[in-house]
Order: sequence, then structure tokens, then C-alpha cells
Amino acid sequence: MCNQTVCLVAAELERHGISTVVIQLLRKVAECVGPPRALFVPFKHGYPLSAPNEPRRQHAVIEAALKLLEDPALTPPLLADFPASFP
Amino acid sequence: MTWELEICRNSCNARLMGDLSEFSLTVKLFLKAYRWRKIDPIPWAALKKPLSECRLALVSTAAFVMPGQEPFDESIRGGDFSFREIPGDTDVRQLIESHRSESFDHAGIQQDPNLAFPLDRARELAERGRIRSLNLRHLTFMGSITAPGGLIQQTAPAAAQLLVEDTVDVALLVPV
Repeated sequence: MCNQTVCLVAAELERHGISTVVIQLLRKVAECVGPPRALFVPFKHGYPLSAPNEPRRQHAVIEAALKLLEDPALTPPLLADFPASFP
Repeated sequence: MTWELEICRNSCNARLMGDLSEFSLTVKLFLKAYRWRKIDPIPWAALKKPLSECRLALVSTAAFVMPGQEPFDESIRGGDFSFREIPGDTDVRQLIESHRSESFDHAGIQQDPNLAFPLDRARELAERGRIRSLNLRHLTFMGSITAPGGLIQQTAPAAAQLLVEDTVDVALLVPV
């Protein structure tokens, strides 16, 4: 349910003019709920930024999410996939 | 540190469907039958300036609370839709994880709260100028809200109002 909750909060923030990006661990939820900007990550539940005590890997996920905020050509509902394998 | 992201629309096939195999049969059946709340119309706040000029806030649904804060209430039917404010100067190692869900492995976020509430990572973004600043407060929810009416009508708008008052430009939201 966490996936839906972040989507619903993100929608409210966007209605108030705040740009958002949500991480999603279940692609189906992102597709059904339809948040403005979402990054689907292929990690198990409880590990949304990949691994504990791995700053480099955590930054990689965050950077991918931030990129979605920066591209002016993208429109909602936006759902991007973080690579299943990365350095 | 860049990778090509595959951008999809809602008609995407199930090739990369999130993996339900880690859930119990009960949870799988619940998720299959659950009526997800569709956001319609979808709001869109385009970024108005470069990220390097933006103030960032974090929102996590990992149910972290500060020592002394009221823990989330596991007994509320439909889920506790309240939120907690976490000061921006918090040491994440002090946070207490109080998520009620048994459907995920809690070990990772207990070892390193940054895994679902990346406060140290956000500080590093500010230090290197990727963002202008970090907000003075961040928000945590307990995400296991099956009946989100109160969230939609009460606490999400209240959370948004707080961040508007703080002149937050962008928010990163992380589930668990």
C-alpha cells in the first residue's frame, strides 16, 4: 500500500504547485494509480533505493528520479524504469 | 552516473511488472482484489527553475518517527493516515521505524534508514550543488493505508500546505 500512498501524496503536492517524483516498487500500482512522475525500481519491498549502506547505489536511483523532474519534454502520467542491472 | 531510462506509458506490457512472489498468498489475493485509487485528472507541476536553484523535501512512507514522537497507530482500521515532521538536521540513525506491515523485510531500513528516507543522500546533493537546499523539515507516513479517504481529504492537503509554507520546490517520495 506504500506505493499507492506516495502516489496520492504526490498528487496533492502537485496540486499545490510542488514538482514531485515518486519511487515505485510495484509497476502495476503505478499503472493503476497514475502518479504524475514515477520511477519504477526492480528491487524487493523494503529496499526502494537498492541496498543499505550503499550511498553510491542510493544516489544512482535518486539521480534517475531527479532526471525525470528536469526533462521539459515529458508529460504525465510518466513512468520510467530504472535499469535492472547497473554498476 | 547516468543510465538510459525507459519511459513507458500506462499501456506498458507486464515485462517488468513488480514481483509479487515475495508476498504471502493472503497479501497476493488482497492486492489482486483491491480497488486502487486512480488519480484523475493527473496534476502536473512542471519544474519552474533548475534543480540547482530548488529546495527539496523528502516524503517517506516507512513510518519513521523521532524519539519522543507518537508512534504510528497500528490498530486503526484502514490505516493510520497521520504524518510526522522530521527536522532536517536529524541524524537518521536516531529514527525509529514503526511500520506495521509484515509483508516486507524490515532489516534493510533498520540498518540504514537512508534506504527509504535518504536524508544523508539529500544533504550530499545540497553539498555538491545538485539542489540549492534541503527543507528544514521532511515528512513520514506509515504507508499501509488501505482506506485512503482521510489521507486524500485531510492529511495529504495538510502536508502539502506545510511544504508550500516552507517554499519547497520539489519533493522526492519514497515508499517501502
